[in-house]
Amino acid sequence: MQTKNNRPLSPHLTIYRPQITSVLSISHRISGVLLALAAVLLVWWLSALAVGPDYFATVQVALGSGLGRIVLFFMTLAVFYHLCNGIRHLVWDTVHGFELEAIRRGGQIVVAAAVALTVVVWLIAYLGRG
Amino acid sequence: MAEFKLPANSRIREGKTHKASTAGGKIRRFRIYRYDPETGENPRLDTYELDAERTGPMVLDALIRIKNEIDPTLTFRRSCREGICGSCAMNIDGTNTLACTKGLDEIDGDVTVYPLPHQEVVKDLVPDLSHFYAQYASVKPWLRTETPTPPDRERLQSKAERDLLDGLYECILCACCSTSCPSYWWNSDRYLGPAALLQAYRWIADSRDEATGERLDELEDPYRLYRCHTILNCTATCPKGLNPGKAIAEIKRCIVERNI
Repeated sequence: MQTKNNRPLSPHLTIYRPQITSVLSISHRISGVLLALAAVLLVWWLSALAVGPDYFATVQVALGSGLGRIVLFFMTLAVFYHLCNGIRHLVWDTVHGFELEAIRRGGQIVVAAAVALTVVVWLIAYLGRG
Repeated sequence: MAEFKLPANSRIREGKTHKASTAGGKIRRFRIYRYDPETGENPRLDTYELDAERTGPMVLDALIRIKNEIDPTLTFRRSCREGICGSCAMNIDGTNTLACTKGLDEIDGDVTVYPLPHQEVVKDLVPDLSHFYAQYASVKPWLRTETPTPPDRERLQSKAERDLLDGLYECILCACCSTSCPSYWWNSDRYLGPAALLQAYRWIADSRDEATGERLDELEDPYRLYRCHTILNCTATCPKGLNPGKAIAEIKRCIVERNI
């Protein structure tokens, strides 16, 4: 944005101290983008099923590799963060939870819940393999 | 469209350092944004050292002392020095607040001071708030009525109706909230921002106002109202302890309620 009168624009993003409010908000946006990518991954996985057993096996190996698991782990985290924070947004839409303390505590709960649910899913997945 | 990088003429350079004149004592360093329109050179960050024990308790005290004793060219707005005029709103230690109510003891280490973020800078810590005020005016912040004024008395309000205005009427329009909002940074040309929206809700919530429908019509817009994504930097930073984020949620609820 070029200003008129050649006046400078005061600094913003680089000087504003990260707030729990803004950090969790941008995380919601980022996790949403990750979910869109996860949907592509899911379609790839399903269409591999349609292509045939050989190709499906290849995809299974790719997703089960070290890198594949890291990707899937963060996708899981994105799912649960976006879900939990989405519920927080629904509560806000009813005009509840706007006190400063509620905003902070709500944010902490959302992050803790997202991490806990992710860990639970991965524990179930690993234990279920036998 | 969001532009994250500062334009070339706005990038900040390292400026001058003014050492404390008296040796000894507890020294406090202030890192202050400077821009001189006379030279037109890029903004710079000057460093001033002050003897902390001889400085008043608030950031504004330190700024005034720097201006009086070290550098008379330092430019900032101030008036009431008690948090009611909103003139000395600036970015201190990374968040927006009033220099007159921000205690130096609330800040660890160097005290960094910038103008309110993402605004045109007139000089040093003085931003051009014309656009911000124009947005305030655009919400028509006055009582709009259809019915004639009662000839023998004021337009009366019950105590409960008056209570609904608490937390709204106290806004001093310092612009701390709007300029803390990333959505306002990227879309201030069309998004009204938390301060103007809190003021809009102040009139929507007023039982005497008879233009609630028109007010909601004017706000129901993808940009003017709905660029608020409930980030809530506004509520976190308000130096008066008000809740612009909640006021915006109330407006959104009013619009939903009249549509169902």
